[in-house]
Amino acid sequence: MFSGYSMSELGAIFAMQGFAGLILFSVFVLMALGLAIIFGQMGVINMAHGEFMILGAYVTYLVSNFFAEHLPGLFGIYFFIAMILAFFASGLLGMAVEWAMIRHLYKRPLDTLLATWGLSLILQQVYRSLFGAREVGVTIPDWMMGSLPVTDMIEVPINGIFVMVLAVSISLAVYFMMFRSTWGKQVRAVTQNRVMAGAVGIDTEWTDRLTFGIGCGVAGVAGAAFTMIGSTGPTAGQLYIVDTFLVVVFGGAASLLGTIASAFSISQAQSIMEFFLSGSMAKVLTLLTVVGILMVRPQGLFALKLRK
Amino acid sequence: MKKQRLFELDEAMGFVILAAVIFLLFPAILDDFRLNLFGKYLTYAFVAVGLVLCWGAGGILSLGQGVFFGLGGYCMAMFLKLEASTPENTAIQSTPGIPDFMDWNQLTELPIWWQPFHSLAFTLAAIIVVPVAFSYIIGLAMFRRRVGGVYFAIITQAIAAIATILVIGQQGYTGGVNGITDLRTLLGWDIRPDDAKVTLYFVNGALLFVCLFVAQVIRKSKLGRILIAMREKEDRVRFSGYDVASFKIFVFCVGAAFASIGGAMFTLQVGFMSPTLVGIVPSIEMVIFCAVGGRMSILGAVYGALLVNWAKTTFSESFPELWLLGLGGLFIAVVMAFPNGLAGIFDDYIKPRLAFLKRNRTAADPAAQHSPAE
Repeated sequence: MFSGYSMSELGAIFAMQGFAGLILFSVFVLMALGLAIIFGQMGVINMAHGEFMILGAYVTYLVSNFFAEHLPGLFGIYFFIAMILAFFASGLLGMAVEWAMIRHLYKRPLDTLLATWGLSLILQQVYRSLFGAREVGVTIPDWMMGSLPVTDMIEVPINGIFVMVLAVSISLAVYFMMFRSTWGKQVRAVTQNRVMAGAVGIDTEWTDRLTFGIGCGVAGVAGAAFTMIGSTGPTAGQLYIVDTFLVVVFGGAASLLGTIASAFSISQAQSIMEFFLSGSMAKVLTLLTVVGILMVRPQGLFALKLRK
Repeated sequence: MKKQRLFELDEAMGFVILAAVIFLLFPAILDDFRLNLFGKYLTYAFVAVGLVLCWGAGGILSLGQGVFFGLGGYCMAMFLKLEASTPENTAIQSTPGIPDFMDWNQLTELPIWWQPFHSLAFTLAAIIVVPVAFSYIIGLAMFRRRVGGVYFAIITQAIAAIATILVIGQQGYTGGVNGITDLRTLLGWDIRPDDAKVTLYFVNGALLFVCLFVAQVIRKSKLGRILIAMREKEDRVRFSGYDVASFKIFVFCVGAAFASIGGAMFTLQVGFMSPTLVGIVPSIEMVIFCAVGGRMSILGAVYGALLVNWAKTTFSESFPELWLLGLGGLFIAVVMAFPNGLAGIFDDYIKPRLAFLKRNRTAADPAAQHSPAE
């Protein structure tokens, strides 16, 4: 397996694959964060999560086209505006969905799964009608092109670094919202005991709606970031949904740190194995390992100690 | 306690009506092409009936039924493919006598695990044993650790994803994306012409009724009642001294076996097997067949499978864009408005009217008995 490579080449391979893994890790983290809020905190299975992400990607696509046509001077910063718009677009759609569908189904988690799957089919078809079945890509601003040479054998692409920085900052933001803000406290209170939370004066319905909206909004931001490293098609969201759910479940549903740790281990395992095996076998092995570990340890890596 | 009869009167009526629809009505009104399509839909009904037991009665939602459907289908396809790949038929290949896709992928001999599929007896046994063994392992691992509900659904879905990637990735052994195609004969009997398809349709229907009967026996037995008790209040059943996990594993295995029989019949009826029937999307569609028909009703599941697939064919023939919207809407509507599906609608709206008719007759009867006395 390792024969034919010198030590320094092997080092470079691991570094490069490790970096590719870090980019994959950032994408997983961005997707999983939204899910960790919705699934981990509220216990709602949102199968349409990938489609909320794709909405963010399409918003970025539209904004980049708008800037290219009308404000070419500001093209360098369009991404930041796109990200904010993506957050609000996905978030508002999420709140609407919560109001129309999810709030009636809190007591039937398996049914939520089916209903949101239906929603994801509808959204996919809507994207296909609006934007066409072909994948679309955005023009990346100049400053994000190219790569930084670290040594003469190792190079890191700038857009990858950007996505990673984004993943770290959004993780921090979610952490502070979840564990340091009044809203986060309310969300956790509602999850743990809805009736009691209502009794102490928390507007539980509004908290639910806001939580779902913010989770979807984070997915939208993930979609915006996603356009920097890949192209967007109507069914792109579905490709990631199983991986993302596994990331969240593997990490331990209610633990933010667990989500990040599991995203890290899954993405690294996959991208390092990808170099030595075919892509599909790497994925099969990774997923099998995760499923195997989950069968032995169903509560995931970082489980909260709860009495049930 | 009053002993439950295997068939109440209205259930027996339901079975008879379904039998009439499948064996008399469809063959009478459909041409051979449509009948073959309905034969394909019937193979999905097997999965839906299995899901009624797992999900409706047992409360276990498996999103990986496509895997079991595929296991059965691939077992049958391997047998048929080996029969079709005689050295004479494959003389132009660089290695005659092995399936064509293996030859395209530079395999020079039949893999060892393909060898037993030369035998029909082994294949038929494998169609039941392989998925049952597989589901037993999954069930053992999950239910013993009290994993259930949502987590079980997600993990079975991941298994479906893994299975598809694996089948597509191992082209030389499985036929890859195209699957196993160009199947010709079953023990020398050509399965391709129209009259063979019609025969297969009836075999399909008969097997489906065997499965329905087994499902009915399970539902009416003590086991069936424990399943429902478990779905409603698992802990209480456990504290009463029942081994909850064993019951769940059992019903999950039965569901897997039904799905696998359906898959094997699919291969025969349609003439190929491919990973598009294994993955996440088909698996979740199978759940919707069951949900539309009514997750509590085995007969409803059959109607659900027939109706949804018929709608799918009709809509996607004429308005391919609308179909996804329709299917998505169907998912939402069934869950939000009709959680018990067609069977629920029947019970709520149609049965009371039938009961009204029945009451009229019983009301009329005593009067009829009275009149001669006066």
